Amino acid sequence: MAELSNGVNRRKVGSMGRIIEGLEGLWKGFGTTLKHLFRRPVTEQYPEYKRKLPPRSRARIILTRDPDGDERCVACYLCSAVCPVSCISMQSAEREDGRRYPRWFRINFARCIYCGLCEEACPTLAIQLTSDFETCEYDILTLVAEKEDLLVDHGGKNKEYNFYRYAGVTMVGDKGTHINEDKPIDLKSNLP
Amino acid sequence: MENWIVGMIVLFIKLIVILAGLLLLATYLVWVERKLLARLQVRYGPNRAGRFGLLQPIADVIKLVTKEDTVPEGADRIIFLVAPAMSAATALLIFAVIPLGGSIHLLGRPVPLVITDLPIGLLYIFALSSLSVYGVALGGWSSTSKYSLLGSIRSVAQMISYELAFVLSIVPIVMMARSFSLVDIVNAQAQCPFVLKQPVSFILFFLSAMAEIKRIPFDLPEAENELVAGYHTEYSGMRFGLFFMGEYITLVVLGALVTLFFWGGWWGPFLPPLVWFLIKVLIVVFFMIWVRGTLPRLRYDQLMRLGWKVLIPVALLNILATGAFLLGTK
Repeated sequence: MAELSNGVNRRKVGSMGRIIEGLEGLWKGFGTTLKHLFRRPVTEQYPEYKRKLPPRSRARIILTRDPDGDERCVACYLCSAVCPVSCISMQSAEREDGRRYPRWFRINFARCIYCGLCEEACPTLAIQLTSDFETCEYDILTLVAEKEDLLVDHGGKNKEYNFYRYAGVTMVGDKGTHINEDKPIDLKSNLP
Repeated sequence: MENWIVGMIVLFIKLIVILAGLLLLATYLVWVERKLLARLQVRYGPNRAGRFGLLQPIADVIKLVTKEDTVPEGADRIIFLVAPAMSAATALLIFAVIPLGGSIHLLGRPVPLVITDLPIGLLYIFALSSLSVYGVALGGWSSTSKYSLLGSIRSVAQMISYELAFVLSIVPIVMMARSFSLVDIVNAQAQCPFVLKQPVSFILFFLSAMAEIKRIPFDLPEAENELVAGYHTEYSGMRFGLFFMGEYITLVVLGALVTLFFWGGWWGPFLPPLVWFLIKVLIVVFFMIWVRGTLPRLRYDQLMRLGWKVLIPVALLNILATGAFLLGTK
């Protein structure tokens, strides 16, 4: 076994050996492609077969509803503030029972980069990204979506979550009636 | 007098049939290549335009014809326009001497299935393959663009290097057939195809013809990832289509030459001669596409080394050996 200067042990291959190696390489290469000729192609034909996307895929944006049926969005402007391309705009208004809601809510899908920051910022889990990516249009002006286009009737990814049962102004009970909230401490019971 | 007129009419019919057949074959060869190459790479080829993508070449032709025809600003206009035509024309002209079969009898007279059986048919083919270098050289030069120039310089160097091996590998065939006429060469293989008697010649011819056509593994001059597109970078629309067609027609020409010189042309049992010829040409085409799907391309210096240091000496030795053998067995 010859030892090269960098310490690697290498068997010296004669010229006949090199020819055999070359032919062997060719044989294996051609054999592989011939086998491929009789294999079923691995392409997924798109419109006939649509692959199911993972649940965290970030495509079209929706506004979701409570399990009680109210719209979750309270027009806090957090998603609009965090949006890197400023594609969300809205205006808040207050209902008679004191709950805020967006009077109008507009997303410009021509600017949206589908980053998902608005979904992360939303405190009530109202704005969510779904896996519906086939939203192409010929006319760019039809890509501006209003609240009617975005609001859906279900709860999206978290069907049982109602923000106002965990935090915020209590609407259905007294202080201490939120989930995971401690009862208010009675100061007078601490007196010596 | 009327003999002469009938002869002219038969000639025109042969011309039209061969031209139309050749163009149709070249067009559908594009389809065959794309589908076959795709299957070798475990994917479907084009399958949306028409059933199995059969209308894809038509869609491509329509696209090319309706594209804007750009001529670069500093380009030498006349040469720019003529170059693709030269490429396609030299390829088509080779078919003037290729025999597709023996003689058939029409209207009581024997009609040889070849447009013209020149006694020096082989020299004519070599002359035309040398002329085809012009189309490449002029195309790259007149485009006045760096990539085109580099691509065409490399193409020209490659083509003229392999020209020598191309010609030298056929010399033993001529020695054995005792004639330059293609019909005589095919008839000399009636007992035994030359591939069995001259295997070295066969391999040399195949390699040098693949390099002449600039097919993988010898396609560095037009490789997309090296030179944008080599000498046809600046061509758009139907001019590019002409270069493209020229390439596929030379592919068919190569198939025809291999079958004529080595595989016995149209000889074969049971089926009519024309069908055998087509089958053999298609086998060569399949093999070329198979090679394209399997091998990586040779670097330019490896390519030149192969042509000058390996193929030409082996071809010369082959000629010596054939000559010695023929003298010895006289």
